[in-house]
Amino acid sequence: MAFPHRPDAPELPDFSMLKRLARDQLIYLLEQLPGKKDLFIEADLMSPLDRIANVSILKQHEVDKLYKVENKPALSSSEQLCFLVRPRIKNMRYIASLVNADKMAGRTRKYKVIFSPQKFYACEMVLEEEGVYGDVSCDEWAFSLLPLDVDLLSMELPEFFRDYFLEGDQRWINTLAQALHLLSTLYGPFPNCYGIGRCAKMSYELWKRLEEEEDGETKGRRPEIGHIFLLDRDVDFVTALCSQVVYEGLVDDTFRIKCGSVDFGPEVTSSDKSLKVLLNAEDKVFNEIRNEHFSNVFGFLSQKARNLQAQYDRRRGMDIKQMKNFVSQELKGLKQEHRLLSLHIGACESIMKKKTKQDFQELIKTEHALLEGFNIRESTNYIEEHIDRQVSPIESLRLMCLLSITENGLIPKDYRSLKTQYLQSYGPEHLLTFFNLRRAGLLTEQAPGDTLTAVESKVSKLVTDKAAGKITDAFSSLAKRSNFRAISKKLNLIPRVDGEYDLKVPRDMAYVFSGAYVPLSCRIIEQVLERRGWQGLDEVVRLLNCSELAFTDMTKDDKASSESLRLILVVFLGGCTFSEISALRFLGREKGK
Amino acid sequence: MNRTKGDEEEYWNSSKFKAFTFDDEDDELSQLKESKRAVNSLRDFVDDDDEDDLERVSWTGEPVGSISWSIKETAGNSGSSHEREQLKNRNSFSTYAQLPKPASTYSLSSFFRGRTRPGSFQSLSDALSDTPAKSYAPELGRPKGEYRDYSNDWSPSDTVRRLRKGKVCSLERFRSLQDKIQLLEEAVSMHDGNVITAVLIFLKRTLSKEILFRELEVRQVALRHLIHFLKEIGDQKLLLDLFRFLDRTEELALSHYREHLNIQDPEKRKEFLKTCIGLPFSAEDSAHIQDHYTLLERQIIIEANDRHLELAGQTEVFRKHPRKASILNMPLVTTLFYSCFYHYTEAEGTFSSPVNLKKTFKIPDKQYVLTALAARAKLRAWHDVDALFTTKVLQEYVNLVEDVDTKLNLATKFKCHDVVIDTCRDLKDRQQLLAYRSKVDKGSAEEEKIDALLNSSQIRWKN
Repeated sequence: MAFPHRPDAPELPDFSMLKRLARDQLIYLLEQLPGKKDLFIEADLMSPLDRIANVSILKQHEVDKLYKVENKPALSSSEQLCFLVRPRIKNMRYIASLVNADKMAGRTRKYKVIFSPQKFYACEMVLEEEGVYGDVSCDEWAFSLLPLDVDLLSMELPEFFRDYFLEGDQRWINTLAQALHLLSTLYGPFPNCYGIGRCAKMSYELWKRLEEEEDGETKGRRPEIGHIFLLDRDVDFVTALCSQVVYEGLVDDTFRIKCGSVDFGPEVTSSDKSLKVLLNAEDKVFNEIRNEHFSNVFGFLSQKARNLQAQYDRRRGMDIKQMKNFVSQELKGLKQEHRLLSLHIGACESIMKKKTKQDFQELIKTEHALLEGFNIRESTNYIEEHIDRQVSPIESLRLMCLLSITENGLIPKDYRSLKTQYLQSYGPEHLLTFFNLRRAGLLTEQAPGDTLTAVESKVSKLVTDKAAGKITDAFSSLAKRSNFRAISKKLNLIPRVDGEYDLKVPRDMAYVFSGAYVPLSCRIIEQVLERRGWQGLDEVVRLLNCSELAFTDMTKDDKASSESLRLILVVFLGGCTFSEISALRFLGREKGK
Repeated sequence: MNRTKGDEEEYWNSSKFKAFTFDDEDDELSQLKESKRAVNSLRDFVDDDDEDDLERVSWTGEPVGSISWSIKETAGNSGSSHEREQLKNRNSFSTYAQLPKPASTYSLSSFFRGRTRPGSFQSLSDALSDTPAKSYAPELGRPKGEYRDYSNDWSPSDTVRRLRKGKVCSLERFRSLQDKIQLLEEAVSMHDGNVITAVLIFLKRTLSKEILFRELEVRQVALRHLIHFLKEIGDQKLLLDLFRFLDRTEELALSHYREHLNIQDPEKRKEFLKTCIGLPFSAEDSAHIQDHYTLLERQIIIEANDRHLELAGQTEVFRKHPRKASILNMPLVTTLFYSCFYHYTEAEGTFSSPVNLKKTFKIPDKQYVLTALAARAKLRAWHDVDALFTTKVLQEYVNLVEDVDTKLNLATKFKCHDVVIDTCRDLKDRQQLLAYRSKVDKGSAEEEKIDALLNSSQIRWKN
């Protein structure tokens, strides 16, 4: 979406407006409970809240003490309690137990629940059942889009994926439609819309309905963003399953970036304490390395360190006036840079240490083999050993899922033996994990028909299609083949490399995976934007099982400036990886979008 | 809740959910626009002092003044005296102290209130103070007649639209099955899961479960929402009934099995797992469930025994290497590691011996050797490591020797029992095998293997 490296890069819309809007809404809601009150905040909302407000703002609006919503009795002595929560059943039970405890103790207080980003009827039902409906007032804080960076917005809803892609619950579709509606209200209508996937299509339809209902709101406004692309995560699971090798991705895989910030432990800060660091374009050092392949990062950082040293050294031989200038104008910047530099060098070292320990090269080699489809037996053995040695349970699952999706499911014999070993290594209760992964289509067993010849499989496909109506829905994912190989061939996802792939001067998006693989999601986006639609991609769309679910909507809007037409907003429904963000930033630089 | 008409009027006008007034056009959107305008005009007043939090960091690493930081402070001081609290507030929120006290008078939110009383700069909180400011959110299926219901003639699509906007809407008028289903289908066609669930809550309350299940069976989207809803609110009984009705036996079994995670007491958990064994799992999963039960059963025995040993302080390995955690509910491989660590030399007959675990759970050789090696190496029991290594590695090399006699000699010399046994079997040399039996440990797996061969009627021995 944003490509700050190009001198002629289009100017980005001012997303900080979203922050101010959210802050004002929150203040408005807090003032609806006049007087001193204690605020209970759900853990998951703390970081997003921190990004738009701070304690003094809350204090200004008579918030006295702050508590975390956790399953403990409240110690608050305030007469008014305000709860800022995600619409989750367990929060309702917690609040209800608190209110009921007060009632038992003969105590009356005022309670207000603020749901973010919206309330659900199921939550109200629980309040009603627990007998506290009416004792508690409810409100909504429509804080659904948090700008994490100049070119990055997040809904901060980790449960989106599970709720929709596993349980088939469409509760967040309205939230998303509202968020898109908000964007078009603030930044003008989107002249060109594209999308793929069932969730994308439904969200798009609901969004358009909202626009119709709020008729005229966005009409006549100049569009600031020329294109919007909605993409379901299940269109491309493969990319999300690959180990990340661009710097920001590695930092995420190693330390977990949450809500745009990361906790660097003592091993990184080279002191005895942890440090919470915001990772965005404002960190000048980070901004230069975030999208780089890891192999370039060390060189860059040491060059940077040398430059810094040279700049410090300049102060030798300065006269007093020069020194005064240096101290007042440059020193602060240098110190800041110094601090950032040492942090990122520390992070790099820590990443290196961890990766060497777990034999990262071997892991990457296996992933590449799976992506390219050779040495499947060897890869399977590698995964088996991974499991047997009780190396990370998540990593083992990730590899198994990658094997499953690239191979259209595991051979029954392998599926059984890997599953058995997994349960033995990491615990029998993971039987439930396997069931869920199968339902989500992430880890499946090849149906017996899958190994038949092309003609036979066509026939068997007809049969299964017919029978599909009878197959219970839970297993429909079994009938859905991932067809990764065919898609990969069609879209040229594995670049042919003559000689070494120069990671310093990347030539395509594959650089985010060491030149071995172009992320499928980003390739689809690239192709559709290039063609201004899905023309010529019918076969790919069919292979993606999205025949009815790929759409384009272009309005002829002469108000759209050429500048705005170069801006694209990509929405990943169900989350995206930093590798994909890096790849899209690269694409933007290449195409001048 | 006998509110007067005036109160009600006041309520609906002051509440965010102005459900039963007809002037609800000015909702979120206009509020938003207004807010945007307000924000833009205020750009200069709003101090963006929360951006530069890189520098100000507390000892926990949280930026000072951040909300996460402040919550930790509250938690840490929750028992402390009032004065200290006050002091703390003064120290860390000094900016607050300097602000004019009625902070709300010129606050941003006063711009929103302009909606109800244009031009007034009194804050909303002031405006509400003389009215019963309690605000109620919309409610599903509140008994009819409690307050005026204007929604009597709303069509399914009107109703669903209002539900989508989060407004109160009585569903009571949808009484015939046809009406209910029409309402449900309208909700599904809008794709909003929250509304679908709202309608399902109503249907669940007003239809018998047989009818509800029957109707949902042919409406997969709605069905998925009901299943997820039942899971979330923990209505296990209805969920299991539903799976039974749908004949989804595997999900039925797994849902039941899932409950074991909520049982902390090991004995009770074990008993619960026992009830899972007969459930309609796939053949493969049935075996896993059986293993789960057996594993926990073993762990309970081992745990009781070892806790006793450890407390008695007579056993060297427990004295030297006190246990860091209980073995209960650990995975099988971890249990095997534990058993190789503390009970390596025990005879196969005891539950805690590695060989017994290997046999009971059919642990593959490779896994067994790998785990045993790790455990013995950790104990620096190099002798055992040597033995494991030698057999493992030498075995492979010895097996490569083509000349049978040389192979047998080498294998005997290096105690590669498996190679000797397999070679004798291939040579059909019963006498040599019988002789070798005395060279392996009593009660060992090797001895058993030899006995099995000697007793086998399949082999035609040459002697």
